[in-house]
Parts: sequence; structure tokens; C-alpha cells
Amino acid sequence: MRIELTEEQKMLQDAVRRFSAEVVKPRAKEIDETGEFPRSFFDQAGELGLAGVAIPEEYGGAGMDALAYCLVIEEVSRVCATSGVILSVNNSLVCDPILKFGTEEQKKEFLTPLAAGEKLGCFALTEPGAGSDPAGMRTTARRDGDDYVLNGNKIFITNGTDADIALVFASIDLEKKHKGITCFIVPADTPGYSHGTHEFKLGVNASGTTELAFQDMRIPAKWRLGGDGEGFKVAMSTLDGGRIGIAAQAVGIAQAAFEEGLAYSQEREQFGQHLSDFQAIQFYLADMSTEIDAARLLTWKAAWLKDNGKRFTLEAAQAKLFASEMAQRVTNKALQIHGGYGYTKEYNVERYFRDARITEIYEGTSEIQKMVIADWVLNKA
Amino acid sequence: MAVLTEPGTEPRTATGETESGIDFSLNEDQELMRDEVRRFAEERIQPGVAERDHEHRFPVEIFKEMGEMGLLGMLVPEEYGGAGTDTLSYLLAMEEISRVDPAVAVTMSVTNSVCCWPIVKFGGEALKRKALPPLAAGETLGGFGLTEPGAGSDPSGMRTTARRDGDSWVLNGEKAWITNAGFAGWYVVVARTNPEAGKRGLSAIVVPADAPGFSVGQPEEKLGLKSSRTAQIFFSDCRVPAENLLGQEGQGLKIALATLDHSRLGIAAQAVGIHQRALELAVSYAKERVQFGAPIANNQAIQFKIAQMATELAAARALTHHACSAEHTSQAGRLAAQAKVYASEAANRACQESLQIHGGNGFHDHYEISRLYRDVRVTTIYEGTSEMQRLVIARHLLSR
Repeated sequence: MRIELTEEQKMLQDAVRRFSAEVVKPRAKEIDETGEFPRSFFDQAGELGLAGVAIPEEYGGAGMDALAYCLVIEEVSRVCATSGVILSVNNSLVCDPILKFGTEEQKKEFLTPLAAGEKLGCFALTEPGAGSDPAGMRTTARRDGDDYVLNGNKIFITNGTDADIALVFASIDLEKKHKGITCFIVPADTPGYSHGTHEFKLGVNASGTTELAFQDMRIPAKWRLGGDGEGFKVAMSTLDGGRIGIAAQAVGIAQAAFEEGLAYSQEREQFGQHLSDFQAIQFYLADMSTEIDAARLLTWKAAWLKDNGKRFTLEAAQAKLFASEMAQRVTNKALQIHGGYGYTKEYNVERYFRDARITEIYEGTSEIQKMVIADWVLNKA
Repeated sequence: MAVLTEPGTEPRTATGETESGIDFSLNEDQELMRDEVRRFAEERIQPGVAERDHEHRFPVEIFKEMGEMGLLGMLVPEEYGGAGTDTLSYLLAMEEISRVDPAVAVTMSVTNSVCCWPIVKFGGEALKRKALPPLAAGETLGGFGLTEPGAGSDPSGMRTTARRDGDSWVLNGEKAWITNAGFAGWYVVVARTNPEAGKRGLSAIVVPADAPGFSVGQPEEKLGLKSSRTAQIFFSDCRVPAENLLGQEGQGLKIALATLDHSRLGIAAQAVGIHQRALELAVSYAKERVQFGAPIANNQAIQFKIAQMATELAAARALTHHACSAEHTSQAGRLAAQAKVYASEAANRACQESLQIHGGNGFHDHYEISRLYRDVRVTTIYEGTSEMQRLVIARHLLSR
């Protein structure tokens, strides 16, 4: 048992913290307000190796591991949750499944530019009628010679406005429910592929979340990721890893809110003393720091299991559930410490509070995490 | 491409642990020890646990066996008869004993954490040679006297005095809520040695139960931990040798606080053990109990309670183990307080929810959860209330 970062991990953390402070933070407020997708951030992150942190160097990645990936996502999310999720999707939801399930040709063609940050990926699973339950999807893929022909619509696709490559899930046989789901690697310039424009959301506003539409979109069979009907397995396994990234994002958002709540409490005076002299505020800070530490440990534990080739479905779900709900409570308390100022755009906590909310929803709602956890504890433990 | 260096390439030691970095695994010794303690707890402590609780019977015979196994002087170096294990092993053992009987665990915690530990850390050689071997061997038990009727969270209000008289200390006063009172052979007692010096006027003195002028009051009736013994202890011109002073005169509060920093981890581990058991009981009951034609585990409301309990258990255990791995760093005090406050409050929630899953049966004495529900309550109170833990954490955060 040893829970302390190595010198190398600390160096990585410092490097990403510097990058975040210098490159990401100055634009965080602006992109939140305009919703403009920060493509230049992604390009620069790619140059640093942050687009494919845990992808081997031979495929364009940084050759690190899931724990390093957690450190990266936490640090970026600490200054800008939008940037955090952009990276998280590219790393966890696009690069990881191509590495795990892809053919050598697919890895050379798609993984290498994605992991190098030369191309941006998105993950297209959710549909208007199929959210937590992907088996209800209506997007179809019909085999036609050496191709598949895809038709359908996807919604809430992070990076969707700017993605160069999409992982698209479609059914080869609607009757087969989840056993018909199949995954395809789709270049965004494929005829029949189209995407929507920026959609304003409560938080992570510049993440390029939009809808995708496929109309008689022809994809060569060699770009099918995994076999026919294996898409559900690809999606579930991918989301296990993705949840670690979202947990790290939630920890980063909460850490920022905590730091600013702490600093504000030591500056602001009321009744002739600093807010931090009031026991009620001290107790808020104590609980915030305790819960952040607990969430970070759960996240690191899931990553450590993944890095050691052990099963981590339960631990990833626990980390994601705990961290996201923790971030909601912590950002709420940080805003409360700021009082009326916290409710204004003058302070960052208002943004943190909005950004935290999505972590309880995407990549599996809290309710889905609880279903996963209960299934393990009741039936598999 | 990768301008960032590659982590995770440190050499591995013979035990398979990395030299630094993240490693959540237990080493082989720790796993063996945990398994052995679990077996012992299930075979030797579990039988009769409900009867002992009913009869408020202190299980002297169990502590004899625990002493022989080395569970009462785990952190005492071998040269003084102890087991000389690491802190994590102690926490794992505490968790396993607490999972079966939290009342046995509190005696174990007090003997190890707040009696043996400060004697090892702050005692002189003669005192260590005298007190530690019988404690570590389980020939007698340990006690800790800090709290008084008028001095709980605020020890500076204490009135027990110790006056130097030649080669002796002479104590007068009383201490309240003393675990193991009447069964302990040695008590670490904090008393005022200088009425003028405020917080610096307190000293820690080790009092043997056979010292003249020492006596024990009637057992207290408590909500839980009924088979553990709690009583007042009294000092009436109680005379002990001068060498029984821990550290220097005036260091009593410092020693008491350091001891509590350490012992909090044991209470966190106790809470984790109770939480673990509450979850196990909830799972097995939910799978057996049939209502509306199906096991109640089929209901999402029950599943979600179980998921929440399991997640909070993982968080509590992680905080406890992390605090242990950082016990020699500047953050040790804050991390131990975090582990204690979180683990104890989470364990209380878990017992509440587990009892709820048991329905009316959970309210019945025949079901184990009803005892755990009573036993767990004290974990947010003793060895520093939740409120004191939050003050400790906040002090660390704000002093940076």
C-alpha cells in the first residue's frame, strides 16, 4: 500500500498545471460565454501528448497509463471543465476503444492521428430515444457488398461540431436489440455525414455538443470496429474507462471550487472577522476537502486497477458516482461561501457549479452507476 | 511527440511493492495477517457475541487469546514483547475484529493505540520494560484517562492534579468514560502538574491499577458496546513512581493530542469494519427476504441503498488507508481526521440503511444489525467528536 505520486507523475502534473494556467485558463470564461469550440487548445494539448495519454508511442500517444491520464484530466478540468471533457472524450471514448478493439490498419489510419491530436474524435452512441438504454437505438447499418450503409441520428455528441472522426454505433438488426449493435469508425468527411451547430447548455458550454445525422452514409466494412453485433460490448467496455476520466474531471472541478472558496473565505470580512473565522464556514471547508480526497482516491484506485490489468468496472462506477455527486456538493458549498458574489459571473464558482452538474449525467447517469454497483455487490462479489 | 516522461517504471522490491507511486495492494504479510485475524474473529469472537451484549459481559477469555496472538501489542516493538507490525496491519486487524464485535475492538483499540502507543513513543526505558510486556501479551489490558466530567472535547478544563513528591507523583481527581476501567492494569492519565501554566501545565503519567489510592467506579450503562467496560476512575492521593511520567513535565496535552491523532485511524478502521458488516447483512437479507413474490433485492430502491453503502465503504476505506500511508508526513493529522469523520459518519449511515432494509426484523434484538446500529453510534463521538475532527481539518487547511 503506497499512495504517493512518483517524481515522474509529479513532473507530469506540474507540466499540465503550467499548460493549463498559461493556455487553457485565460480562455475558459470566454468560451463558456460564447460557446466557441477551443480547437486551438486541442491542437496544443495534442502537441504535449495529452490527446492520447495512455496510447503507446508507436500509435502517436504519450505512452503513459490510466493514472497519468487521471492527473491530466484533473488538472485541465481544474481550470476549464469544457477543455477537460474534450480531452476525455478523445482519450477515453475514441482512442481507447480503437487501441483495444481495432485492427492494425485501423490503428495506423485513425488511432495515430487521434492520439497525436492531429485529428479530433467523438463518440456517437446516444440517440433521442436511446440514452441510458442503448438497446433502443434506431440508427441502422445495412450490409451492402463490401460496405455498410448507415442511416439515423445521434444527439448530445461531445466534440460533434468539430470532430474529424466519429465512432458511430448502429444496429445491423433492430430485432436483435443490443446484440445487433455494431461500431464503425467514420471519417467526418464521409458523404452522408452531417453535424449540427453549437447548442447552448447549462455547463461545459464550449464542448461542441451537437447532433449528428447519417443519410445513406457508406462505410467500408474494414472500418467496422470489432465484429457484427459486438458494438454493445465495445461501448460498455469503453464507458468503464471513460468513467474514470469523468471522475477525474469532477475532482478537478471540485478542487478549483474548493481552492477559490478557501481563498475567498480568508479575504472576505463580515461582522468584523474573516468568513474563515466562522465555524460554519470552517466545517464546509473541512467536508469539501475530505470528500475531494475520497473521490480522488477512488478515481486513482480504479485507474490503478486498470493499469494492472485487473477488472475495474465496479470501482470505476463507484469513482464516477462518488466524484460527480461530490463535485455537485462541493461547488454548491463554494458558491455558498461566496454569497451573492458567487451567483454572479464575476467569480468562477458560478461556472464550476454549472459545469459540475453534467458529471452526474454523462457517461452513465448516477442511477446507471448505482445499477452497475448494485449488480456487482448483489450478484458478482 | 511525448514530451512528458513515462511514469510507473520504478524498480520493484522483493515484496512486489513499487518504491514510490500508487499501489493500493496489500503485501503478502498483510494479507496473511488479515486472513488469520478474520478466521480468529469468526471462530472465537463471533460465537456468543449477542449473549455478551445482552449480559453486558466483558469477555476476559477472548483477550487472553488475542494477547497470545499478538493483537494487543501490535505496534509494540518485539524487544518489549510486542508484535512489531506496521500500522496498516493494525488497521486491517481492527477492521476484522470490528466486523465481528465492535465491543471487543474498542478494548483492542484502547490497549494498542492509546495505552501502548504513547508508552512506546514517550516512555522511559524502565517504564517500557515494566508496562509493555504484560500489555502486549494480553496478561492485562490498557486504559487511557483524559476525559473528565467537565472536560471532554476541551481537555484544558481538566481538574485532576498530579503533584511531585520526592520520587513520586501524587494524583488526585477523577476521570470519566474510561474504557477497560477495572480490567486494565495500566492507565495513561493526563493530569495538571502546574495550575499556572494553562495548556502547558498538563502532564501524562502512567498509573498502574495496583497503585495506592486508585479506584474504579460502577460500570456505565451505554447505548451500545455493551460488553465493553466503561467506568469512572478515581485518584485519591494516588502515588506512582516518578519514572512513570511520559515525555517531559508539561507535555501532557501534546502527548494526548499526538496519541489521539494516531488512534483516530484505529477508530476509522473500526467504523470501516462495522460498515462492511452492515453491508454484508443488508446484501444477504435482501436476497433472502421475499415480498410481493420476489426477493426484496429485486427492488431498485433497495439496490440503490446497497450501491450507496458499498461506494461510501470504498471511500471510507481508501481515506483510512491513505491516511495510514501518509502517517509520517506533515498532512498526517488532517488525513487521520478526514478518515475518522468520514468513516464514522458513513458507517452510521450504512447501519441506518441496513437496518431499514431489514424492516421490522432489523428492530429486533435477534438480528445482528440492531446491535451494530447501537454500537456504531459512538464512532462519531469518541476519540474526538465529528465536530472536533472538522475543526482539526479546518485548522490545517487555513494555516497553509
